Amino acid sequence: MTFRRALRLITKTGRVAEPAPPPPEPLPARPAELAGSVQIRHVDCGSCNGCEIEIANAFGPVYDVERYGARLVASPRHADVVLATGVVTRNMLDPLRRTIDATPRPRLVIALGDCARNGGMFTGAYGVVGAVTDVVDVDLEIPGCPPEPEAIVSALRRVTGR
Amino acid sequence: MRLDAAVLAVTQVVVMVVLTPLLIGLMRQVRSRLEGRAGAGIAQPWRDVRKLLAKEVLKAPGTSWVQATGPVVLVASSLVLCALIPLVGTVAFPLIPDDLFVVVGVLLIGTVALALVGLDAGSAFGGMGSSRHMTIAALVEPTVLVAIYALSVPIGSSALSQIVDSRMQSPASIAAPVSLLALVALAIAVIAETSRMPVDNPSTHLELTMVHEAMTLESSGRDLAWLELGSWLRLAALLGLIGALVLPWGLATEITPLTLLIGVVAVTIKLAILGAVLATVEVFLAKLRLFRVPELLAGSFVLALLAVTASYLTVQA
Repeated sequence: MTFRRALRLITKTGRVAEPAPPPPEPLPARPAELAGSVQIRHVDCGSCNGCEIEIANAFGPVYDVERYGARLVASPRHADVVLATGVVTRNMLDPLRRTIDATPRPRLVIALGDCARNGGMFTGAYGVVGAVTDVVDVDLEIPGCPPEPEAIVSALRRVTGR
Repeated sequence: MRLDAAVLAVTQVVVMVVLTPLLIGLMRQVRSRLEGRAGAGIAQPWRDVRKLLAKEVLKAPGTSWVQATGPVVLVASSLVLCALIPLVGTVAFPLIPDDLFVVVGVLLIGTVALALVGLDAGSAFGGMGSSRHMTIAALVEPTVLVAIYALSVPIGSSALSQIVDSRMQSPASIAAPVSLLALVALAIAVIAETSRMPVDNPSTHLELTMVHEAMTLESSGRDLAWLELGSWLRLAALLGLIGALVLPWGLATEITPLTLLIGVVAVTIKLAILGAVLATVEVFLAKLRLFRVPELLAGSFVLALLAVTASYLTVQA
């Protein structure tokens, strides 16, 4: 993209972030250390990629969950929250547990989407161990198949408290 | 004189530690706004650091004492850098010169500490980041040296405070060809040294393209907080150096409460302007292919070399 095209795009688009809805009730079990700043490591345990698209939307310019202090990071050691999506497949059971172990305390585990909460349409399927809630301790669940970006933003705001 | 210099050094360190996270926040905010986002606010890096300091430190199996000492060395070297570079004023210690070779040496201590932290955990990405970081450092340090050396030739001293002092007294020298060439070379070198676009993407999640981030992947809690703060301080100090060379006004030449206050306000404004400009330029840039980075850095070295040649010619003429 040329400089001029990029400049025109920036000036024409302006601000696309939607106005912030009123803050939701903070999570009662939320560690006080995480106030205002939450780094998130996303683990795809066997998702169909629907939840991933909605996560990308929540972190995109329109919903912009980064404005509330949440940020996706590249390493579990930088993270405060493990965001698990999808049913847990046999191959991802160990990586999920190790990712959670590699996350420094205080940490939270969020199960995002119906598959992560109860197995959804993949319950009992071949190669599936169970839902995320079956194999690890989960602090917060986000229902939906896939959850809307508003629901993801609202859940993450309950953790950041902003 | 010595007390003056000590007061100035302490002021510079305190001011920079307070300002630096806000500068990073400002740069992220500018970028967010240009991307159409709302942005997390300029205090977000402070919240991140505060949270990291309160978190547990997890060590990967097989890591050594380097994992804990490396980040502290990086922060310490960055703080020394903040104390040495004339940011608020130009009163230097008589025995610890703010010589350009000292500054580049201190810069390199931080670079090596960071690279060792990357190597320590023995992970593939950490080693890759360290090797890239050292490759870039090897190309950048000569450019920083030669670029500032070009500015030191007319003055006959390589002390940064004297270079800045002389530019304050004769502002015409700022727009001279020698100075412009040297500043462009220095700016490219600083961008590469501090892992900004187009050499490294500070907000990437792709391990294969990382340089700086790859080295911090195995650090957590306090260690990560020091690594982040140390790297930010380096960026702020080097931006402050460019600020002092381009706009040498407002710096305190003698230490009184009033001149210090003016110096602090001036450095805040300079950092804010330079940070906003850097963040704006970055929005328009894509990351360079790693194999193209040496070409960019060789270009900046050539500019620095031209600056040195030109400055010798002008001195003799």
